[in-house]
Amino acid sequence: MQTVKKTHLGEVERHTWRMTGFSGGTITLWTIGALVAIALLLPTIYLLIRAVGAGEAGWQNLLRPRTLETLARTIWLALSVTVLSALIAVPLAWLTVRTDVPLRRLWATLTPLPLVIPSYVGAYLLASALGPRGLLQQGLEATLGIERLPSLYGFPGALLILTLLSYPYLLLSVRATLLRMDPALEEASRSLGHSTWRTFWRVTVPLLRPALGAGGLLVALYTLRDFGAVALMRYDTFTRVIYVQYQSFDRSQAALLALALIAVTLIFIVLEARLQRRANYFQGATGAQRPPIQIALGRWRWPAFFYCAVVVLFSLALPALMLLYWLVRGLAAGETVMALGTATWNAVLASGLAALVTVAIAPAISLLVVRRPGWLTYLLERLTYSAYALPGIVVALALVFFGANHAPWLYQTLPMLILAYTILFLPQAVGTVRASLLQIHPSLEEAAQSLGKGPARVFLTITLPLLRPGLWAGASMVFLTAMKELPATLLLAPIGFKTLATAVWSAVSEAFFAAAAAPALLIILMSSLPMTFLILHEQRHEHDHRPL
Amino acid sequence: MKHVQWSTLLLVAVLALCACSPIQPAVSTEATATEAAPAATAGEAGSLVVYSGRSENLVGPLFEQFKAATGINVEVRYGSTSEVAATLLEEGANSPADVFFAQDPGGIGAIANAGLLAPLPEEIVNAVKPEFRSPDGLWVGVAGRARVVVYNTDTLTEADLPADIADFTDPAWAGRIGWAPTNASFQVMVTAMRVLWGEEETRAWLEGIQANEPIVYEGNAPIVEAVAAGEVEVGFVNHYYLYRFLAEQGEAFKARNYFLPGGGPGSLVMVAPAGRLATGQNEENANAFIAYLVSAEAQQYFTETTNEYPVVEGVAGPEGLVAIEDLNAPDIALTDLADLQGTTLLLQDVGVLP
Repeated sequence: MQTVKKTHLGEVERHTWRMTGFSGGTITLWTIGALVAIALLLPTIYLLIRAVGAGEAGWQNLLRPRTLETLARTIWLALSVTVLSALIAVPLAWLTVRTDVPLRRLWATLTPLPLVIPSYVGAYLLASALGPRGLLQQGLEATLGIERLPSLYGFPGALLILTLLSYPYLLLSVRATLLRMDPALEEASRSLGHSTWRTFWRVTVPLLRPALGAGGLLVALYTLRDFGAVALMRYDTFTRVIYVQYQSFDRSQAALLALALIAVTLIFIVLEARLQRRANYFQGATGAQRPPIQIALGRWRWPAFFYCAVVVLFSLALPALMLLYWLVRGLAAGETVMALGTATWNAVLASGLAALVTVAIAPAISLLVVRRPGWLTYLLERLTYSAYALPGIVVALALVFFGANHAPWLYQTLPMLILAYTILFLPQAVGTVRASLLQIHPSLEEAAQSLGKGPARVFLTITLPLLRPGLWAGASMVFLTAMKELPATLLLAPIGFKTLATAVWSAVSEAFFAAAAAPALLIILMSSLPMTFLILHEQRHEHDHRPL
Repeated sequence: MKHVQWSTLLLVAVLALCACSPIQPAVSTEATATEAAPAATAGEAGSLVVYSGRSENLVGPLFEQFKAATGINVEVRYGSTSEVAATLLEEGANSPADVFFAQDPGGIGAIANAGLLAPLPEEIVNAVKPEFRSPDGLWVGVAGRARVVVYNTDTLTEADLPADIADFTDPAWAGRIGWAPTNASFQVMVTAMRVLWGEEETRAWLEGIQANEPIVYEGNAPIVEAVAAGEVEVGFVNHYYLYRFLAEQGEAFKARNYFLPGGGPGSLVMVAPAGRLATGQNEENANAFIAYLVSAEAQQYFTETTNEYPVVEGVAGPEGLVAIEDLNAPDIALTDLADLQGTTLLLQDVGVLP
């Protein structure tokens, strides 16, 4: 493996890029980088402004043993969710990209979808289904006489639900990398007599490191900022401490606590960077792009099928069936469901624009980070994550503060909402695009340059097409998470701008279950259409390259 | 080639679905109302911006009624009361809002304390019963809700329940109680306890309940659901959530409300308040809107659709519920319930909140 990572070509690469110096491309890249940095720093600046007013009581609250203990529990939960998510996501990604598991494309389409289920709703549904006296228990009582199931609440429930809702981050980034991985490396391993299993652990997994790092970081930070699932599972995490302060309208104390959360985020960010080390992940210069050989699972085919089915059952089918049950039960009792045409259009429009904007920015950031390594680009890339672990309400209020007081022309407009989504979700796109870029050998770009093409043309004709899997994965992650985003949508969208997520929230918070179920089902449906498109596109892409 | 066709087809289908949605007749008016600039479509009646901490499912139809009756173009931003209040505080003088309609008195108190509310005209203030409005006339209650104990009808009858919330510290209730300490209404009840019982007795009550290992829920609705499922036997909630469950799941739903007859903080009646922002651009319309909220028509809407108590004289309470006069609500000034931060500190100190 060392030979793959430590190629001397890395030196050549840096040399070549330095020669190009401050070309137009470089200036454009740095301009985008600077603008992005400013936008991403807004939440932190806001928090610093607010935290000044926290005073002694704020510091006392922050340093209470209970607060610190909660912080430690939160970190522990984030690490556990990340590990469990990786254990679920990596086999799923491998099975759906590389093997002949039955209904492969169906699983590929369905497995990323839990990302669209708002965590509060997901937790509510799973608690209603699997709780000590939930629907499952009621079924078991009728048939087997079981009166109470073991309690789901606390750490196990939080771990289970957050994993089921966030493993798609890892799944999507690992899939994108697997799709672009040079099959020659694995084939070489197998030709040397290693089993499929050994090859997977010794060759595939190490090559997946950037994807595992990027996806794992997203899962960990998602856990840090989640409020809904941990609240329903009664596991106090740090966001809850922050919410308690917002509830008593003390924004200064809340800001101080949120800054502590950013500090914890920094630990995770640095940790991930350490894990990555500086390594090269691209294939040999001569390695032509071609699809990997499909691995025949043999007698493992049906166990693998069963595995995919179980994950989809718990993470997607069970919540969807519960929603359907709510809907039918309510309609039968004469409940009404609001018209959702506008909400659906708004949700797709805003999420689609957010996906477009983030994947438009992500390649620039990734190019700076991967092709111009240095402390400044390192800082920029790590900075993209700084706001990511903040609860949505904190980022939303930061933009309320700057928007209402300093940019009233932008405040509560659609561009403002897209800006909020960009700040919230950019790391998702940057992570996957960066992982894809690491797989592209710089010599391909250099060859094009040496043939007299300008940097822009090289980027458009060589780099961009090769980045496709990462761009798609990033775009779908942003789209799926924007579909369910709540605080920024409520506070920053144009007034009266309803989305499916706001419709779900509005109904479920006041126990209008049928009215909540309809838009929640629509979120899943509307998200599954682009996912289907994506998976089919992926398939076509494989065929495109066969002649090469 | 087959795949190309499939994906193209799908893309077309998605686009078609998206494109079709906004031209459905049912929503086209809504779409134009939200997209057009307020001044352009408002016509003579003008417009109004409402920030609502109450959910659209509860109050949206009422706002539509007002819009239809007056021609005023009401635009509403919905959110949770704490989110919306924080937004108003951040916006300060630059807020586009004319009216703040909150779920609980705490939210509007924070806005009033920041000096963001303007006094309401006397005729609006005087229309509301004195116990349901702010003494300085900055806001009025719009709908009343009572604190109740919701109980499981399989295992309990009203005869099994104590008269006073103080008595739930009895060890006999160990493991049987559900509560929601993060819920704003619960926190208002604890504030009322501090006022009526004093700091020490409230602390003792909280510790007594804690000793009974209550199960913590996230809000009122999950408590009612858990009580009906038999996960816990009693829960401390607001009265009106139960009727939502009865509407969707029928009379067989195994939970009912128990209005504590003993008086005291357990029988507290709270209001969802509304006030006018001093920086609002549409003073006249804002006053008309709040006047409408406390009119007989709107009060009837609340009693009939949300099962809340009227805040004005001359409107009958929700059908089938204990009359407001018989609730034995404690005599407590609303301004005394403002110290939310003191309550948060106490709840944290006892270990109920993180």
